[in-house]
Amino acid sequence: MSYSGSERILLNSQREGQVSRFSPWVLLLVPLAAILFQVYVPLFFQFLGYLEMPLLVVVYFALMRRNQIGGLLIGTIVGLAQDSLSKAPLGMFGIVKTLVGYFAASVGVRLDVDNGLMRLFLAYFFYVFHQFFYWVMARALLAQQVAFELQRTLILGLLNAIVAVALFHFLDKLRETG
Amino acid sequence: MESFLNRYRNITVLLLVIFAQLVLLAVQVRNDQDVRMIRVWTVTAVTPLARVMEFLRGGSIGFVRDYILLHDTHEENRRLQSELDKLRVENNFLKNELNMAERAKALAVFQEHTPSKTVAANIIGSGAGTNSKVVFTDRGSTSGVQRGMAVVTPDGIVGTIIESYPTASEVLLITDPDFAAGVISQKTQVRGTLKGQGTPLCRVDYVPFEEKVDVGDWFYTSGDDRVFPRGFPVGIVKAVHAGQPFKEILVEPSGMHRGLEDVLILLEGVHQTIPTEQLAFQPVYIAPAPPNAAPGPAEPAAPGGTEADKLRAHYKAVGDAQNHKFGEGLPGSKPPDFNLAVKPGQGPGASAEPGAGGQGPAAPAKPTQPPSGPAPKPATTAAAPANSSPAPGPRTPAPASTPGPKPPAPASNNPDPSQPPIPSGVPISERPHNE
Repeated sequence: MSYSGSERILLNSQREGQVSRFSPWVLLLVPLAAILFQVYVPLFFQFLGYLEMPLLVVVYFALMRRNQIGGLLIGTIVGLAQDSLSKAPLGMFGIVKTLVGYFAASVGVRLDVDNGLMRLFLAYFFYVFHQFFYWVMARALLAQQVAFELQRTLILGLLNAIVAVALFHFLDKLRETG
Repeated sequence: MESFLNRYRNITVLLLVIFAQLVLLAVQVRNDQDVRMIRVWTVTAVTPLARVMEFLRGGSIGFVRDYILLHDTHEENRRLQSELDKLRVENNFLKNELNMAERAKALAVFQEHTPSKTVAANIIGSGAGTNSKVVFTDRGSTSGVQRGMAVVTPDGIVGTIIESYPTASEVLLITDPDFAAGVISQKTQVRGTLKGQGTPLCRVDYVPFEEKVDVGDWFYTSGDDRVFPRGFPVGIVKAVHAGQPFKEILVEPSGMHRGLEDVLILLEGVHQTIPTEQLAFQPVYIAPAPPNAAPGPAEPAAPGGTEADKLRAHYKAVGDAQNHKFGEGLPGSKPPDFNLAVKPGQGPGASAEPGAGGQGPAAPAKPTQPPSGPAPKPATTAAAPANSSPAPGPRTPAPASTPGPKPPAPASNNPDPSQPPIPSGVPISERPHNE
């Protein structure tokens, strides 16, 4: 076994260890459940409407799969589905979540996304990014005079980040091993 | 070009996707039309799941609520059970308090009305002997209690003081085998000696077999023993067996019916009267006399005493008819004619001396009868026997109060005829007393 071969194996092994694989059912049902949660649960628990579960799911799958195209596709699908169930025109959430999925996957390649603190920070960052970019698009593309409440966004970002850590820990159980 | 796309594939895909969505967005905004197809797909994909969730929620919410309710119910049931237990304990406590208060009240009333000088005492302990019926009271010689004093309750006698200590005294209960007291029956004035047996029932000894004592009769203290004053209730006859030469009579003591916690010690006993015949509680209606009934002494009713009593009354009537007084003539003097027919008006009930014969109850000097002629109102007696006739026999007690001629004094042992007879079985605290 040559040195280069062992180095490639190590690189491959390291990369294989970092890239998480999920069952197609998980990739289908978890985003669907997140959208369902977003739509259904606030009917009974209004305070849970502040949780951006589809965003958190997109961030998780993008981070863990470390595939930028996969990340942006998940973001696109989830975003468009969220658009479909909202009053906004199709594409608003789609574009934002596409960007989130892409950037999350890009970050996941370079960072240790299994670290809880890193997950907390990334979830917080992407929530704020998501809210801010949506606000920008709403003002730029739809000409909506919407105020951006920074303080509220930061607080809700922290709340979502905390929930994201627990959610990511739960979704880790759904990863395929080996 | 291909290598460029490969190198920037990711960003290229991103830009394409973003661009496609921007176009989609622009189309919607420009035409103000919705892309319905995508929404239909999404809604079609999501709503069945939402329906399932709603079904599960609706089904499970009832279970969850019921479970929570049942859980609460269990807690509430436990709390209520605990509260019930506490209330039961409190209720028992209050019942005991009430019972104690009633006993104390009865004791106080009795103590107030009895002519004897008494001191109230509490039972503080019982004797250690297996067969002995001995208790200790909290009154001793410092309270004036001495050995030999009687201990009673409003319901009857309890025992005697057999030992007096400075702060306590020992009471021999009437159920103790060593206890004895002189008693007398209420109805027939039969004397005997009450003895304890170590059982709940006491025995009355030395009652000749020919004496008449029935079940249900009351015995009172006779005062002969110099311990218990005359007139205190002793108990009710529960069984009478024929014996030779004495009857075997079992009496249930009445003094300990309500428990033995508070008693009275007779410091100075005063003899009392023994209540007369046990009378009915309900007043009895006595119809007015027939219009053509001749005034005067009525026919003697069926005598109620023994054959000896009847014979004695007959002789007395015969003697009265011939102005002969028995026991006054000298020996050898002419006896009265015992074959003389005695008129009805000279019946034995008309002339029998009250209390004659010693132990027998007093017979009224004149028979009790309704007033002559039609009475304005039907007379009622407070406590006359239901089967008593207007002309009672020698042993028929007089009604307590009847209109018309006042009945004679009922008995020598009841000097106060105005006092209504006291039915037996009624606690002394509830009976009228001699003031």
